[in-house]
Amino acid sequence: MDEPRVDELTGRETMGHEFDGIEELNTPMPRWWLWTFYLTIIWGVGYTIAFPAWPMISGATKGLLGYSTRGEVTADIAAHETANAELVADLNAVDLAGFDPQSDLHRYAVARGSSVFRAQCSQCHGSGAAGAVGYPNLLDNDWLWGGTLAEIDYSVRHGIRNETDFDARFSQMPAFGDILEESEIATLASFLPTLADADWDSAGGVLFTDNCTSCHGDTGQGDRSLGAPNLADAIWLYGGDVDSLTTSIAEARFGVMPAWGQRLSEEDIRAVATYVHSLGGGE
Amino acid sequence: MTPEPENLYAAREPIFPKRVKGTFRNLKWAIMAVTLGIYYLVPWLRWDRGPNLPDQAVLVDLAHRRFYFLWIEIWPHEFYFVAGLLIMAGLGLFLFTSALGRVWCGYTCPQTVWTDLFILVERWIEGDRNARIRLHRAKWSLRKGGLRLLKWTAWAVIGVATGGAWVFYFADAPTLANQFLTLSAPTVAWATVAVLTTTTVVLGGFMREQVCIYMCPWPRIQGAMMDDSTLTVAYRDWRGEPRGKARDETAGDCVDCNACVAVCPMGIDIRDGQQMECITCALCIDACDDIMGKLGRERGLIDYLALSDAPKEEAGAPPRAIWKHILRPRTILYSIIWTGFGIAMIYALFIRPEIEMTVAPIRNPTFVVLSDGAIRNTYELRLRNKHGEPRQFGVHVSGNPVLGLLIEGTANTTIEVPADATHKLRVYAVTPAGAEISTTDETPIRFWIEDLESGERASVNTVFNGRGDQ
Repeated sequence: MDEPRVDELTGRETMGHEFDGIEELNTPMPRWWLWTFYLTIIWGVGYTIAFPAWPMISGATKGLLGYSTRGEVTADIAAHETANAELVADLNAVDLAGFDPQSDLHRYAVARGSSVFRAQCSQCHGSGAAGAVGYPNLLDNDWLWGGTLAEIDYSVRHGIRNETDFDARFSQMPAFGDILEESEIATLASFLPTLADADWDSAGGVLFTDNCTSCHGDTGQGDRSLGAPNLADAIWLYGGDVDSLTTSIAEARFGVMPAWGQRLSEEDIRAVATYVHSLGGGE
Repeated sequence: MTPEPENLYAAREPIFPKRVKGTFRNLKWAIMAVTLGIYYLVPWLRWDRGPNLPDQAVLVDLAHRRFYFLWIEIWPHEFYFVAGLLIMAGLGLFLFTSALGRVWCGYTCPQTVWTDLFILVERWIEGDRNARIRLHRAKWSLRKGGLRLLKWTAWAVIGVATGGAWVFYFADAPTLANQFLTLSAPTVAWATVAVLTTTTVVLGGFMREQVCIYMCPWPRIQGAMMDDSTLTVAYRDWRGEPRGKARDETAGDCVDCNACVAVCPMGIDIRDGQQMECITCALCIDACDDIMGKLGRERGLIDYLALSDAPKEEAGAPPRAIWKHILRPRTILYSIIWTGFGIAMIYALFIRPEIEMTVAPIRNPTFVVLSDGAIRNTYELRLRNKHGEPRQFGVHVSGNPVLGLLIEGTANTTIEVPADATHKLRVYAVTPAGAEISTTDETPIRFWIEDLESGERASVNTVFNGRGDQ
């Protein structure tokens, strides 16, 4: 290593580097800076004693303060639940039929229901509630079992065609493959899309009147007490093309939904029903 | 033989600035009075904004995310105004630094102002420079302990007053003051006061020049922004050297009285030339002028001086006029940019609407088919009412005559938006089956709102998604 150069003007050593004639003096650090540095080391050691830090064979040291992120989350959730306790009590007491959509409680229910929906319902109905083939779209104004808040609450609570809740909404369409001829099914399948302005004297019209009207109604308008879909509207749960309709007629459909009353809290059921009701189709 | 390596760490050399009188000292007292006055009084100014808004003239309301400055109210999305102010502050510093060096450091920096105040208190309690040096060197005694305790207590009181004033900018000052007096203030207020009391006492009482020399980045940046024409505090060495007794005819004007060194709060000798530590507080000018006056010599041995003037003065020519140092292309350019930002901000402030709207089309799904085949799009509208009272907003959609508008949860299209709030709406645009807009892939539409009281309007363009090729 070279001898340190001593600057003539100040008599101080330089750092040894030089840029365009500018040199840097080797100025001592302030002593307090050193103390600060030692202090940070002490602080660092103290921190590893106070907080979880040192890796052990299984897990890490717990730290004297007993802090954990999981514990913090638990505390946060508990704090939120305490803060929301009054709203939750109000929600559990509110008469759903007269739930004021402008109220703060309604806003709370929609917000809470939105998170319940994302966690519990979106697997089948989609995160945007638009549904899929076989899983109803909850955004439209077409309801199989009724679209009032109370009816939605019932559907959520007891579910559809499940075997776990005796109060579940239940109905079953016969598989017409065992009842009608293949050609009759084909005739019906091509008749159904014309229901809106149907020729009731046609072969399809006669077949429909004979086989379908007891559940789906005289003009195919459906029957919510049976969960029988409206066949005259623009919405087809299982597809409105002839192939899909043929399958639906021949094999029948049997959409099942769990009874959420057995899984969710009262306030979550009410909240998610309110949320679904607020998506645009609520009656 | 290698020289002993210098010690890597050096203890702070205590500095005992001597009392000084003069023009620049008076200027500094005045600036201290004004800046501290602003700092302490502003939170107590009231400004009537109506019943729904705070009546504090300057308030940073973190809980409600509002910044109130006299008649201006800044929402979080308008934070660019604050960014603009910071840019202007930066450009202002560039301007002053290129013209007058570290004038900010010397006169208005809070570190300088508070240190000045702390030194003043120190002098009242412990005496002037020589008394303080004696006290510093004296062994600990009852007298020394008493004086130190008194000084530290006085500093602590200033510290509490400093931290105490700070929190008043973030809450209603009279309410918070009352809470402090009844010991019912929120923990965060106490904690903030405690932290700021500590920092004030440590930085103003003990760290002082160390902050400027080691901690603050600004002196380094300023050092790079000065040039030969910048006016800084300097020593006219051609006039002062060689130093000698006043009676000595062969000596220069400098009598080596060390007055300039004694008054320096940074502990340097300005006669060694412009240096990193100098904050250009100009107290050495006052000190030297005082001595020169007593000797019957011309003032200004130490003075505001530009490097480029030194050779001229040495040759006997007068220096360039001060205005020529201040009005240079560089400073003019800074001024133009600074003014440009200022005008742009004022313009932005005046065209700022009192009502606003954002529209977020719901794209999951892009459209919904209703049972009669109608097509419905959903939009999330946020209506913003910046007025101090609730307003009725009429919500409208335009772009196609068949478009229908529905708002979730109400049959009305007139919505009351609370005072100084944003109101979220779920809005549906519906078009009948078979209409052209229902089968077109995308159609531009426009939502607009109208404040029914003032007639002010705001609009946002968006699209309506139809069934496309289906």
